[in-house]
Amino acid sequence: MTDPLLRLSGLTKAYPGVVANCDVSFDIGKGEVHALLGENGAGKSTLVKTIYGLVRPDSGSMTLEGQPFQPAEPRAARAAGVAMVFQHFSLFDALNVAENIALGMENPPPQNAVAAQVRAVSDQYGLPLDPTRIVGELSAGERQRVEIIRCLLQDPKLLIMDEPTSVLTPQEVAILFETLRKLSAEGTAILYISHKLEEIRSLCDNATVLRLGQVVGTCDPRATSARDMAELMVGSVLHVPQKADRPAGDIILSLDGLSAKAPHQFGTALRDITLEVRKGEVLGIGGVAGNGQDELVAALSGEMRTGAGMIRFKGDSIGQLPPNARRKIGLLAAPEERMGHAAAPDMSLTENAIMTAMTRQKLTSRGFVHWAKARRFAQGVITAFDVRTQGPQNTARSLSGGNLQKFVIGREIMQDPDLLVVNQPTWGVDASAAAAIRQALLDLAAKGAAVICISQDLDELMEISDRFAALNEGRLSSPRPAAGLTVEEIGLMLGGAHDMEVAHVDV
Amino acid sequence: MMILEKRQQPSPIWSLATPVLAVILTMICGGLLFATLGKNPFETIRTIFLDPLFSEFAWYYRPQLLIKGAPLVLIAIGLSFGFRAGIWNIGAEGQYIVGAICGAAVGLAFYPANSALIFPLMVMAGALGGLLWAMIPGILRVKFGTNEILVSLMLVYVAEQLLASMALGALRNPEGMGFPGSRNLSQYPSAANLELIAGSGMHWGVVAAFVAVIFAYITLSRHVFGFQVRLSGQSPRAARFAGVNPGLLVLICMGISGALAGLAGLFEVAGPAGQISIDFNVGYGFTAIIVAFLGRLHPVGILLAGGLMALTYIGGEIAQSNLGLPGAAIQLLQGMLLFFLLAVDVLTHYRVRFGKVGVA
Repeated sequence: MTDPLLRLSGLTKAYPGVVANCDVSFDIGKGEVHALLGENGAGKSTLVKTIYGLVRPDSGSMTLEGQPFQPAEPRAARAAGVAMVFQHFSLFDALNVAENIALGMENPPPQNAVAAQVRAVSDQYGLPLDPTRIVGELSAGERQRVEIIRCLLQDPKLLIMDEPTSVLTPQEVAILFETLRKLSAEGTAILYISHKLEEIRSLCDNATVLRLGQVVGTCDPRATSARDMAELMVGSVLHVPQKADRPAGDIILSLDGLSAKAPHQFGTALRDITLEVRKGEVLGIGGVAGNGQDELVAALSGEMRTGAGMIRFKGDSIGQLPPNARRKIGLLAAPEERMGHAAAPDMSLTENAIMTAMTRQKLTSRGFVHWAKARRFAQGVITAFDVRTQGPQNTARSLSGGNLQKFVIGREIMQDPDLLVVNQPTWGVDASAAAAIRQALLDLAAKGAAVICISQDLDELMEISDRFAALNEGRLSSPRPAAGLTVEEIGLMLGGAHDMEVAHVDV
Repeated sequence: MMILEKRQQPSPIWSLATPVLAVILTMICGGLLFATLGKNPFETIRTIFLDPLFSEFAWYYRPQLLIKGAPLVLIAIGLSFGFRAGIWNIGAEGQYIVGAICGAAVGLAFYPANSALIFPLMVMAGALGGLLWAMIPGILRVKFGTNEILVSLMLVYVAEQLLASMALGALRNPEGMGFPGSRNLSQYPSAANLELIAGSGMHWGVVAAFVAVIFAYITLSRHVFGFQVRLSGQSPRAARFAGVNPGLLVLICMGISGALAGLAGLFEVAGPAGQISIDFNVGYGFTAIIVAFLGRLHPVGILLAGGLMALTYIGGEIAQSNLGLPGAAIQLLQGMLLFFLLAVDVLTHYRVRFGKVGVA
């Protein structure tokens, strides 16, 4: 057998107080699709940043095609043939596709040459993309294609992809996988990072599992079950949320032709959403990011006011009520963006608890804050939801994403809502924390509250929802029972307003 | 090699130590500056920072400290609410002027009547005048999305023209032989803001400044409004989610800063200045911005910073008259203070490490 494309030997990188990578070694062969698995904080990002030249290891070495490989910066890594598609895109909304791609080049050729190259690559790899379109108008899937094509123009030997499918519809995932298989067949190696084990099973040739910075195992994903891989990642038996069968209760929320203008230039207008939610049920709303999820949450939480009669809660029209008045009558929400929306990064957890729990937990009297009471409430959330932190005096910023998410969701659940709206409740959260959050949502529904769970993770929605609806360009499909829905049907529901009729066909 | 590493939490020790460090660095670099100007650096620094407090003429300078510090503290406290919430009222100077005009106009309208009610009425008129002047940029921002920095700043120049017109026209002293300027309020007992204890410098404006410090401290640390102000400054989106009405917050913060600036103007015109004149305003409204930041927008910090700023003013004047130091050198020193404060601020949020580079 020939030399591997990339060999990592004994890579170690320590940060103050934490060893991010400890003696990590593995090989990636030419044309191999290699999965990197691990919970949040397992050291995956540090490892890929090392390969991409963003982090210099404390010890250990890498070889690329048999030559020592020590990129001092991403430019050196790119020159050596390593490209990376990040989870968060770095694109300018106001520029078109070709301009965005030219911006990332060292010596960009004229615009029409770039556009021609983009067209050529997008044809070659089956990634439809028009180089003259403005990025602000593209879907998340199309934006990702811009990033991928930007990488492919460098003709890479190794392509690193960090959680690429978290924002895609099933159909878009299929297109992406087709492209990746084509690349792999041409000899480009792919290092694929994902939480989604079923995807890894269908795409990857090999998998390396990291836990607490160390390689804890390798496996052939095609021959290993998703559950076994998950348990390898977590290091313990995975707890799968239990959904109890329960009869649906009375209608608690009804939306009647809810429409609202887009709140800003790149926002989405809500169009004629009609919906009824009953006590004790979990309604899952799927859809690709940017199709009105944020706006729907804002309309329900009270951050965005809507016309009279469009939103009825327990029979009363509440479209004009501000957020705290809605909290008082039992409607709570947890938005998607943790830092800066659901929580204030530089404030303590106690202060973050006051943010939304002030009204229902009576944390103030005559305008003065009860700090001791607020601290007790925050501590209660920390204890009940196993938030890993030294205490409620720590800032929200000091928590890892998963822990802060547990705090944010816990803060709302501990207030006993009658209806809880959550957006992306487990985004970027590791497997065991995600399972705990889903279980908490199911427990809340079992106690008789209604839950609206908006998510892009279809597996999650199928796991916890009683009914499922899809949001597309601000329109909501009519909800259908989640049990028995196939991936194809869901894909059609997500696919677009024009396909809506098809989606209505019964199973 | 030295590298900076972001702290998980801002360091409480450094956030207290950095202002002290900034003052020390200012003294060192200021000393070097004075040395290059051919002055004895030690004598100059002593003159500026210590003579107002400890020299043989300190009995004269100490009251001056209160008189100069009070308007700075009063205005800076008002500004700190808006600055914490990300609302940038740069026009406190204009609100200070309009407060003084309104307050003085009420007092002069009653001249020469005698009543204990006149001064309280003037205080109310002063606060109201500043408040209404600040409402102009506030309402324009809420209704039309204009930038409050520009509007409030430009209204300073409008206020200055208004001041000149009042000194020359409506409020001119009818017995003043045609000279510009109003009657002297400090010689009109019912309207005068006199020293409460003779020779102490303690007038009602100083009392108001201390009350404002206490009020602001309690509001920011204990009251929901203070919480909402801090939340809005840190994450406007989170604040909206928490139920803060951003437009109302703009109006309240502009209102507080305008009213306190107006009060400062009234206390000044009825006391130390005595009359409405063309050159009544001396830049307290702008210097208060530096004071607010020097005090880290914290009420107690602002109190100390206001004192320090007043000290450099008085010390600077002594150095100018006794040592022949140019006035610009004093301004440079004050600028240096703000510069070093911002520079060493990095230590509150970052840890300095010495050693090999970890990140390329």
